[in-house]
Amino acid sequence: MNAKPFKWRNFKSSAVSVLCFLCAIMVITPLALVLIHIIRLGASSVDWNFLTHLPKPVGETGGGMANAIVGSFILVGLAVLIGVPIGVLGGVYLSEYGSDRLNWSVRFAADILNGTPSIVWGIVVYALVVVPMKSFSAWAGGLALGFMMIPMVIRTTEEMLALVPGGLREGALALGIPKWKSIVYIVLKTGGKGIITGVLLACARVAGETAPLLFTAFGNRFWSFNLSEPIAALPRQIYDYALAPYDDWHRQAWAGALVLILIALAINIGVRILTRGSSPPASR
Amino acid sequence: MTNESQISAAQPKAATVAPDAGAKRPPEPLAITFDVQRLSVWFGAHQALDDVSMQVRPKAVTAIIGPSGCGKSTFLRTLNRMHDLVPGARVEGRIALFGEDLYARNIDPTQVRRRVGMVFQKSNPFPTMSVAENVTVGLKLNGIKKRAVLQERLEETLRMAALWDEVKDRLHANALSLSGGQQQRLCIARALAIEPEVLLMDEPASALDPLATAKIEELILELKKQFTIVIVTHNMQQAARISDVTAFFYLGKLIEFDHTHKIFTNPAIKQTEDYVTGRFG
Amino acid sequence: MQKYFDDELTSFKEKLLTMGSYAESAVSQAVQALTDRNDKLAQQVQENDDIMDQYEIEIDDMAINLLAKAPLASDLRLITVAMKISQNLERVGDEATTISRRAMELNQEPALKAYIDIPRMAGLAIALLKEALDAFVNKQPDKARAVVPRDKEVDAINRQLYHELAGYMAENPAAVNRCLNLMTVSKSLERVADHATNIAEEVVYLCEARDIRHEAHKL
Repeated sequence: MNAKPFKWRNFKSSAVSVLCFLCAIMVITPLALVLIHIIRLGASSVDWNFLTHLPKPVGETGGGMANAIVGSFILVGLAVLIGVPIGVLGGVYLSEYGSDRLNWSVRFAADILNGTPSIVWGIVVYALVVVPMKSFSAWAGGLALGFMMIPMVIRTTEEMLALVPGGLREGALALGIPKWKSIVYIVLKTGGKGIITGVLLACARVAGETAPLLFTAFGNRFWSFNLSEPIAALPRQIYDYALAPYDDWHRQAWAGALVLILIALAINIGVRILTRGSSPPASR
Repeated sequence: MTNESQISAAQPKAATVAPDAGAKRPPEPLAITFDVQRLSVWFGAHQALDDVSMQVRPKAVTAIIGPSGCGKSTFLRTLNRMHDLVPGARVEGRIALFGEDLYARNIDPTQVRRRVGMVFQKSNPFPTMSVAENVTVGLKLNGIKKRAVLQERLEETLRMAALWDEVKDRLHANALSLSGGQQQRLCIARALAIEPEVLLMDEPASALDPLATAKIEELILELKKQFTIVIVTHNMQQAARISDVTAFFYLGKLIEFDHTHKIFTNPAIKQTEDYVTGRFG
Repeated sequence: MQKYFDDELTSFKEKLLTMGSYAESAVSQAVQALTDRNDKLAQQVQENDDIMDQYEIEIDDMAINLLAKAPLASDLRLITVAMKISQNLERVGDEATTISRRAMELNQEPALKAYIDIPRMAGLAIALLKEALDAFVNKQPDKARAVVPRDKEVDAINRQLYHELAGYMAENPAAVNRCLNLMTVSKSLERVADHATNIAEEVVYLCEARDIRHEAHKL
């Protein structure tokens, strides 16, 4: 056996491995840099004060983003109420009942909507809800985020259900139970984890959206639990503070960004724990 | 072609199987489980079964053999209307279950499947449920919720499936923690729990090792005292071991249907002989 | 685990053993018909041969059915050996029929002399048959091996009787018929012993998977 070609092949193999490693580093680096930067700038400002107080008027130090954090949760909650039933049931229909043509059209529409700039959703809901209501509101914000969630959840639900082996459906039907029961009690139960994963990922995505909230929830510097009134949201608050000329607000913006990233991180880690040992969740 | 004349000559005889020659008593009028008359089945434009007629007797094992693509599984699935689930499925002819037409307009396929259970080639226990839950799920989803009844049926069917002794200490363990052979017997228990009249088995042991296969075969021999069993199998020795009558299918047609010992020792039709001796094609 | 197949094998073996006991009693009854000059008994033996024939057919049929199930190892040997044993037993039955026919012919003429050698031969042959079948039931290859050389004893008696009768025939032409019949009976009994030996050889094959047929010729 010739030693020379062997060494050359070995070298080529190692060279490509190194190249791949460098590419991986290139992907992780920006993420790491952003995280480090935000932590550096925001960590000092995230304290109990920040998490529990309302924004103070300009000039006064202190104050926090408590209402924005709560507001984000409320908005995401509304989005879930609107987006999840439609999304999951739509996904179930596509997976279990749909015809080839219908499925193709719905998937195509969902993919396009998934790629729509989120501000478009904001403008649509503005026209449909804010104008007739003559006011910004949490409902409108939740609706916008909910509409954003629907195509995401439909796709992930459909893909998760596609992972459920056909043999299970056959086995269920062979027991003489009607199709809807086999779907609810067997198929959904089996794909449940994956569907919840998809919903959580969609939540993480919409929680960080600012643009749709600009014309719908609008933002609020005070506590607001009346869903017909404007409501604060974390991304929106960060946006406002970041654009303002005040240093203190800049500091708080960094803190808000850190909190937002930590929430998103928590959801993603939660998803990983949930799906430990099972099939990986579908990517968007 | 001599084949054609052989087939047409054999067909009237092959349609029903006369009681064994040498029986001392005159044949009893046995209830017929399935009376299949001129069954033809299509998947869209493709014809899977052509003019099949046969009678399946109760408390016996009927084996269906034939090369791949001959329509065995399709035939099995028409017996419990699972074939309906395939898009583009069309059925002509008549199948009667204990005298009732299975494909009549007013018949609910779900009801048919309650009476005619099925076990599949690859065992499919429900992965999110325990052993006990798997067995009783059919009962629960069919409306039987009383705990005492469920508990009783659980033990009864696990005993029937020769699985009770092996799993009685881990009834609440996840079903996937059982071995392959045990999972298949679990699926059999699950099918038996809803008290079907017929058990259809589509190559139930083909994915199992010889020991597990032997257990399944013993189980079938035990079950046939109570149920009508129709089994599709690739393994001819298995068909010889456990079945009473055997049907040989080829390209969608029923070629020969007779007592098992005749099919495997002296088949009437050359195609059957070729297939059974492995000299096909 | 193999409960059903084992049950079938058990009833298969029992059928064979029943046939064996029919064979033994056929030979002993045939010889008794001769020594007791009992025509009725002789007739009985001939009728019972049908039963033996039927058994051979049934055993072969059962064997084919069992073989279709693809048994292996000792099960496979059992079935093939049983088929051969049933064949040998059927021939024993035929020999018993022959003896009984000769007995009926002999009974029409006065007895030549007291029958001593023939009953002795019969006793030996039946004993060999019995031991071969016992070895089959109890799976005792050594017992079966012991049967094979003793066939020579029966051969010896047959040869001796042959010479005696040949000599007697030469001096008493009136007794030719009776002598020839007796020679036939003796030959039949010698064949019964041969069949017993065959069965014993099959039993050795069953137990040890070793074929000891035809080895005696090498000695």
